[in-house]
Amino acid sequence: MNAIVRQLTSLRDWVDDRFPLMKLWNEHLAQYYAPKNFNFWYYFGVLSLVVFVIQILTGIWLVMNYKPDAAEAFASVEYIMRDVEWGWLIRYMHSTGASAFFVVVYLHMFRALLYGSYQKPRELLWILGMLLYLSLMAEAFMGYLLPWGQMSFWGAQVIISLFGAIPFVGEALSTLIRGDYVVSDITLNRFFSLHVIALPFAIAGLVVLHIIALHEVGSNNPDGVEIKKHKGPDGKPLDGIPFHPYYTVKDSVGIVVFLMLFSMVVFFAPEMGGYFLEANNFIPADPLKTPLHIAPVWYFTPFYSILRANTVNFFWLDAKLWGVVFMGLGVMVLFLLPWLDKSRVRSIRYRGKVYKTALTIFVVSFLVLGYLGILPPTPGRTLAAQICTVLYFLFFLLMPVYTRLDKTLPVPDRVTH
Amino acid sequence: MTDNTVDPRRRRFLTGTATVIGGIGAGFAAVPFISSFQPSARAKAIGAPVEVDISKLEPGQRIIQKWRGKPVWIVRRTPEMIEGLKGFAPEVLRDPESDKSAQPTYAKNAWRSENPEYLVLVGVCTHLGCSPSFVPEMDAAGMGSPWNGGFFCPCHGSKFDLAGRVYMGVPAPSNLEVPPYQFLTETRLVIGVDKENAA
Repeated sequence: MNAIVRQLTSLRDWVDDRFPLMKLWNEHLAQYYAPKNFNFWYYFGVLSLVVFVIQILTGIWLVMNYKPDAAEAFASVEYIMRDVEWGWLIRYMHSTGASAFFVVVYLHMFRALLYGSYQKPRELLWILGMLLYLSLMAEAFMGYLLPWGQMSFWGAQVIISLFGAIPFVGEALSTLIRGDYVVSDITLNRFFSLHVIALPFAIAGLVVLHIIALHEVGSNNPDGVEIKKHKGPDGKPLDGIPFHPYYTVKDSVGIVVFLMLFSMVVFFAPEMGGYFLEANNFIPADPLKTPLHIAPVWYFTPFYSILRANTVNFFWLDAKLWGVVFMGLGVMVLFLLPWLDKSRVRSIRYRGKVYKTALTIFVVSFLVLGYLGILPPTPGRTLAAQICTVLYFLFFLLMPVYTRLDKTLPVPDRVTH
Repeated sequence: MTDNTVDPRRRRFLTGTATVIGGIGAGFAAVPFISSFQPSARAKAIGAPVEVDISKLEPGQRIIQKWRGKPVWIVRRTPEMIEGLKGFAPEVLRDPESDKSAQPTYAKNAWRSENPEYLVLVGVCTHLGCSPSFVPEMDAAGMGSPWNGGFFCPCHGSKFDLAGRVYMGVPAPSNLEVPPYQFLTETRLVIGVDKENAA
């Protein structure tokens, strides 16, 4: 036994002389000090990493049987589902993984809103996270075209047409994205390439940058106080604990619970009543016929509602362009969060009633927009979407004002329990 | 080797010129990669006109023909439908005279067609490219505003009358496009060419 340990240690030392193995291990795990008061909300970062790994693994296996060809794509997905050994499981893991990715990422982002995790000095960390979110949206959108069902086709048709609303260059840009005058085999092929090569690389790279930035500034915590302010004689933060073994063990529990829930969906409700896999997508793409009711997958519906809520031409611009502009702004405005929030405190625990109210209204309007986005439009629903769109944007526009006015509570010096 | 001192001005000049020249080179190298995103020669070639036999099209019916990958509708309007195109209040339609919409000159009229009986449209919503559904009923329930039959886009709720003219208060900015077409005989139609535009 001792001989084996000695052998392994000397192998490690051999590597260490040639590669900073222990240096990386210590900097990012064994001697990375994280606040000791992490709560439930701090699981979703590691969970997004877990889902990313699931997507990469299942994706590699799916590509072994999938055919990125308009004539064969739909049938090849059915082939995976029916004829490939365990193909159904791998495919359902991938399709459920797409929705799970957005679930954990939205909760991860909401955590940042709760505890002011984007505030100075974590602005760049937030921006890297937003870039990850954008890449994830592109990845999901392009992946959704690949099964070549009715929703794949018409979803892509609508989203690519969005670019056509841009004055002067719009039409040319849409054609450039499609590689054709309509969504076609050419579009399918290039989306496949971007979905399996370009965007996964981009996401992996951004994940590395996101983590490096996090470990440079240190993690925020539910109290929003800097643990680096109080260090012991050994130079370690008094309120910090090494990420390994404390949080690696704690996160393993979270990962197991997550995988239990994930498996329940994969095995018992992979279509999730039409929200994860839409009914119309089991019909092969038909460029001549739009399904009677089309809606994007649930994770895009809040922004889709904002798009649809714009029905009035004002100034000299079309309602169509306004819809696209507001939908784009709806996502982009999140980038500005670190500079819009003027509060003296980070955490919701020490914010006043005003911010708590504003955040509640924001979350409710986001959820209502998401719900409306899956329903067919009626005049009443359009009005509701318009109201929620206004509330959504007011949360950001008025933020510099109400975060200044808000009566905050005194923030403790050290983390609480 | 007599003088080993650094000349920063010279170094800056070399760095600057190398950056500029290298940047120009990278720009040129990007051209083939970006150009390859454009429609290929084969994609451009699939634009040939199509012929349609409309002898079996009954009044009030619609047929769909694929042209350049898009749906083209041919609707044979009944006299009531043609009558129903008139009499909209001015605030109902966004572009009743088709001034800001795409159509050949022979279709820029009250029926938006060469022959009032036959309507030919590109069945692609001018909003975001869905294909609207055909709602020919004169008083379809739930269509809201004055309705004499027309088209309803399920994606974002845009509405068009039976000449493809867009309603007010919906997201689509202009009337449905009329493609170039001409009648070869009473019952044969070619889409994609007309007297103004050769194939």
